[in-house]
Amino acid sequence: MELIKEIEAEQLKENPENFRIGDTVKVHFKIIEGQTERIQIFEGLVIAINNTGIRKTFTVRKMSYGVGVERIFPLHSPRVERTDVVRRGRVRRAKLYYIRDRVGKAAKVPELIRRKDQKKKASN
Amino acid sequence: MLGLIGRKVGMTQVFDERGVLTPVTVIKIEDNVVVAERSEEKNGYEAKLIGAIDKKSKHVTKPYGGQFGEKVTPKVVLREMRDFEVEVAVGDSFNVEILKDLSFVDVEGTSKGKGYQGVMKRHGFGGGRATHGSKFHRGLGGTGMAATPSRTFKGTKMPGRMGGVRTSVQNLRVVKIDEEKQFLMVKGAVPGPNKGVVIVKKAKKK
Repeated sequence: MELIKEIEAEQLKENPENFRIGDTVKVHFKIIEGQTERIQIFEGLVIAINNTGIRKTFTVRKMSYGVGVERIFPLHSPRVERTDVVRRGRVRRAKLYYIRDRVGKAAKVPELIRRKDQKKKASN
Repeated sequence: MLGLIGRKVGMTQVFDERGVLTPVTVIKIEDNVVVAERSEEKNGYEAKLIGAIDKKSKHVTKPYGGQFGEKVTPKVVLREMRDFEVEVAVGDSFNVEILKDLSFVDVEGTSKGKGYQGVMKRHGFGGGRATHGSKFHRGLGGTGMAATPSRTFKGTKMPGRMGGVRTSVQNLRVVKIDEEKQFLMVKGAVPGPNKGVVIVKKAKKK
């Protein structure tokens, strides 16, 4: 088992998880088309984080022309260049699947507003 | 033939440089030692007897230990490999490096025991309808014909013990060979439980 952990540890990114459930993130996803490479940005709400280690994935949901679109990204994939947090969300659940059944304003996650001293604590 | 004795460590997954995720099985290769040689004159065929994994000295009986000679310590796993493709003498030890040019391998092992199983799981029978008044669900159906031959043929597929037999998986792609840590990774699954003994061979059909 140690051997497997070593193999997985080689591939793990350092601190890739800079977001939490309920945050709105921009995922910079590398797309390889033959010879050319480009970055595509997928912006949406993180509704789930699944598995651990090298298998860890996160699900991002967005509304695209009135249709809900969800994408699951492997957190440690080399194709996920980086993730930027656009907005922190205040949620009390680890999985936000209930969002799927909500429409309009009900499908919103309130923004997480922290006092300055709390912010300091969270970043430490 | 080219083969090595190893142990299945377990499964994981790896990303390649393009970001494609591949499921892999990690196989740790133990130090393989040539225990004896079989020759055309003496035995009627050419082969090398390969051993791996040291046996505890208190478990070695004199008759068992006797076959190893002075150069080799007693091993748990012994396996004859016909027409071995690498030049090795008795007492020589080798590891994954002899597989480094291969891109496909066959892996042989003892599959996990499944116990007494019905025909649907054991032989892939289709079974019957679950509902709509069906009285035939997971059974095997008829096993023979009528007055002639008035018996069931031997070898008819029936329920019984499943698994726990020697099986091979052919043409597994070699994802990585690590000579330093002495393991290799192959794409896909391999028979047997973790820590089970497997034999990695050069792919027969590639």
